[in-house]
Amino acid sequence: MDIRIDKIRKEFGDFPALHDVSLNIRSGELIALLGPSGSGKTTLLRLVAGLEYPSQGRILFGEEDASWKSVQERNVGFVFQHYALFKHMTVFDNVAFGLRVRGSKDRPPKAEIRRRVEELIDMVQLSGMENRYPGQLSGGQRQRVALARAMAIEPRVLLLDEPFGALDAKVRKDLRKWLREFHDRTGHTTLFVTHDQEEALELADRVVVMSQGKIEQVGSADDIYDRPQSDFVFSFVGDSAKLPVTATNGEVLFKGAQTGLRTSAANGEKHIFFRPRDIVLQEDGPAFEGRILSMRRLAGARIAEIDAGLGEGAERVEIELPLGVPAEQGNVIRFLPHRYAIF
Amino acid sequence: MALGLSLTMLTLIVLIPLAALALRAAALGPTGLYELVFDPRVFAALKISFLTALAAAIANAIFGTLTAWVLVRYDFFGRRIFDALIDLPFAMPTAVAGIALTTVYSPKGLIGEWLTPLGIKVAYTPLGIIVALIAVGFPFVVRTVQPVLEEISRETEEVSATLGANRLQTIFFVVLPPLIPAILTGFALALARGVGEYGSVIFIAGNLPFKSEIAPLLIVIKLEEFNYAGATAIAAVMLAISFLMLFLINGIQSWSQKRFGHG
Repeated sequence: MDIRIDKIRKEFGDFPALHDVSLNIRSGELIALLGPSGSGKTTLLRLVAGLEYPSQGRILFGEEDASWKSVQERNVGFVFQHYALFKHMTVFDNVAFGLRVRGSKDRPPKAEIRRRVEELIDMVQLSGMENRYPGQLSGGQRQRVALARAMAIEPRVLLLDEPFGALDAKVRKDLRKWLREFHDRTGHTTLFVTHDQEEALELADRVVVMSQGKIEQVGSADDIYDRPQSDFVFSFVGDSAKLPVTATNGEVLFKGAQTGLRTSAANGEKHIFFRPRDIVLQEDGPAFEGRILSMRRLAGARIAEIDAGLGEGAERVEIELPLGVPAEQGNVIRFLPHRYAIF
Repeated sequence: MALGLSLTMLTLIVLIPLAALALRAAALGPTGLYELVFDPRVFAALKISFLTALAAAIANAIFGTLTAWVLVRYDFFGRRIFDALIDLPFAMPTAVAGIALTTVYSPKGLIGEWLTPLGIKVAYTPLGIIVALIAVGFPFVVRTVQPVLEEISRETEEVSATLGANRLQTIFFVVLPPLIPAILTGFALALARGVGEYGSVIFIAGNLPFKSEIAPLLIVIKLEEFNYAGATAIAAVMLAISFLMLFLINGIQSWSQKRFGHG
């Protein structure tokens, strides 16, 4: 099912949670909504589900305008971070719930419900646990019950709100991989919300980066990491270093001096962003110059904190030093980023 | 030390007096006890006490659950004050509640004057007893249901809606079942309290033998007549009822513990 989010605006009282958000989702895509808390990602998910209604704009399921459809009519599968299982029901009854509450017209016969529920329980690898109560399951198992329950109604779209947020690191990794395989097998259009960039980049076909109620960038993991379109995306996804610079007629100046770097940005006060590892040390010629304030060793690299610009008004920045280069605290080094962006 | 103290306390103020009561009742012999209890007036009083308490407990189970729901789910002006007022029947002397209710519900009272033309008599009838028992038993259900309801997240209701359940289905299949143990506990507590209630009832009941005379009052009457055997017999029956309730409450709690992992 294609989903089109068309200029959605949502306010809670006076607080604008989403401003004019538009997004096209293709059928069968696995989409991550990534952003810090308060960025509006969960609100967007709830709007698609019908748990909230937009203040303005439309949400289309295929060609059908679903903006004002009730949550029951939308037929979406929703999975919450804390599972929201029905504690007084067994695993089987939880999964069967969506089929049993249907009107007598649409309700499959008992035997059919049993068959489908057992199939789903098998699919989420919980066979033999049909008669357990949620209280007797581990976190990862509970989340899979929640997923099977959402799948039981054959939803048009699957919506997951921080699906791995409440699990510990190991289970999280396993379940992440498992979800990817599950998605590839079932082919459901899936949206999931996360604040964990690793999760978003690893799992999703496309990542939607959000901040302060707006979409900053939509793209593949490569697009987002290698070609960030805004200062927010650059600093939110992956490690980044940031220095204030001036753009003058295509030249990049740092504290009034030429750096030899070029930009297509308009003239004015800007910032240069680069990954700490995308630097080359310079013997002579124009460069950023700074003294090493401290060094830390990570597994495969050395990270140096530099006071770029030296002396008065120096800017602290972290860069990664190649392992072969002799350097210690107090040394002055000169470097230029070989990949960078100016915003 | 703490264990010893609490056991001593329990023995002195609960176990010994109760044992004495049981002994005295036993001294009457089975036939003696039977005759005293099934004396028509005593039996009628026990019946009135139990049935009015049952009616009041049912009313409290329904309205108490509703009130707990409102307190947990709605945010309105004065909610905290309203919440504090719920406990008033616990704190207030029962006689005060009795007098207040009698004033309001008597045929000339604030509410009674509106009910009289409709042919509804509250004060000095079993209906009055029920009203008084609803008032004193009200906090039980609210206070047992409230914490359980607070634990049920809105998300379970939302998930139920996404699965296609309408509001009624959500309430009956998702929200209410986990509350049932708490509602039953509150119901049993209100019932137990109602059966033994004295202070708030005697003013509004009118205390007509066979019509609106409650068992605890009959104990007082027997005592005033120096009929200690009669008083003991009624007391023993009421004690038995109390124990039954206690078992009931404990049964509900252990069942719910097994079923839901909480009490």
